[in-house]
Amino acid sequence: MAANPMTQFEVYRIGPEIKIGNLDISFTNASLFMVISSLAILIIFNLGSKKNSILPNKIQLLGELSYSFVSKMISDTAGSKAKPYFSFIFSLFMFVLFCNMFGMIPYTFTVTSHIIVTFVLAAFIFIGVTIIGFIKHGFGYLKLFVPSGVPIVLLPLIVIIEIISYLSRPVSLSVRLFANMMAGHTMMKVFGGFVISLGIVGGLLPLSFSVALTGLEILVAFLQAYVFAILTCIYLNDALNLHH
Amino acid sequence: MIKKIFFQFIFFNFFFIKEVFGAESGGMPQLNPEFWISQIFWLTLTFGTLYVILSKLILPKISANLELRKSQIQENIEAAEKQRKNSESKLKEYHQIIFKTKLEAKNIFKDARDKAVKDISSKKEVLDNQIDEEIKKAEKEIELLRKGAPEKINQIAIETSSEIVKKLIGADINNSSLSAIVEDLSKRNGGKYYGS
Repeated sequence: MAANPMTQFEVYRIGPEIKIGNLDISFTNASLFMVISSLAILIIFNLGSKKNSILPNKIQLLGELSYSFVSKMISDTAGSKAKPYFSFIFSLFMFVLFCNMFGMIPYTFTVTSHIIVTFVLAAFIFIGVTIIGFIKHGFGYLKLFVPSGVPIVLLPLIVIIEIISYLSRPVSLSVRLFANMMAGHTMMKVFGGFVISLGIVGGLLPLSFSVALTGLEILVAFLQAYVFAILTCIYLNDALNLHH
Repeated sequence: MIKKIFFQFIFFNFFFIKEVFGAESGGMPQLNPEFWISQIFWLTLTFGTLYVILSKLILPKISANLELRKSQIQENIEAAEKQRKNSESKLKEYHQIIFKTKLEAKNIFKDARDKAVKDISSKKEVLDNQIDEEIKKAEKEIELLRKGAPEKINQIAIETSSEIVKKLIGADINNSSLSAIVEDLSKRNGGKYYGS
């Protein structure tokens, strides 16, 4: 039985095994939900941008509201210099959001509950932001690790702390999303298991808890996507507008 | 009783939980590196495709739509503002015209009234004069008649008395003697008959 709360995170192959050299790149259930999420995003926003009427219909309004939401988020946190990275942050936010939301449907697979997925995204962001910082400021970007107004005596310690905090960015970014999604889904599964094991009478309590948790998880799904995107904006802001 | 059964039910159910979760193989599937490469590959593929399509095809369209709407709304607002100003100035003009015409009408009315009053007064004067004249004339005539009345009456009295005398006694009487009598009578009783 699928009573083990961790079985929902298992990845299995769908279809034949595909190999390039030694690397196994088979199509799995994770891949399936990545494709589904991307397709859903593309379909919704394509429909939303197809017709241009002065009075937008519902799907057009959805697309335009998402656009202005992300646009406002970027301009609030990273300023106008971050405009070229709008498409990336928009895709990132939508991808994470849709993966999280598709994971909320029963019997689906949550792509973002896998550390490797979130870590690849976070590592890409980290490397990208670092490259952008060095391109924009040259070696002056290293001033990021030297905050102004710090006594000389404390400086070595502060620099070490700053470097560690900078290097831990991808880890914290990826673990935050992964752990939130995994914990939420595990908890829901555990309470769902209680419903079955406690029967009709005793199961009412965990059932109601499960219902409440579903609402909470939907909130978390949105919030984590938002946090992921906004932290990317903040890192980008550090790279674009060097404050120290 | 029901309570007891309920709690027993829950209690015994906890024995099965161990069995329910007993199938645990241990560890998180996330840390199993079997499909890591596959996930990285598919993530790159799907996310890359998503990014390319969104940034090249869809987002510029949405952005253009938004810009277009913004500019169109701005244009409409400007046009509305223009028309409002236009109508405001027209309204002002209209008010001015009404004010002017009102003033004009007042003047015309005043003129007409003055003229009418003048006319009436002049006509009244003329008429008054005429009436005065007529009255004077009439008064004169009356005076004349009044003056002439005793003589006529005397004449009538003389003629009548001569006729009466003739019928009564069949003799002609000298008019001059009759007139003397009438004269005498009218002098005596004139005040009584004519009231003068």
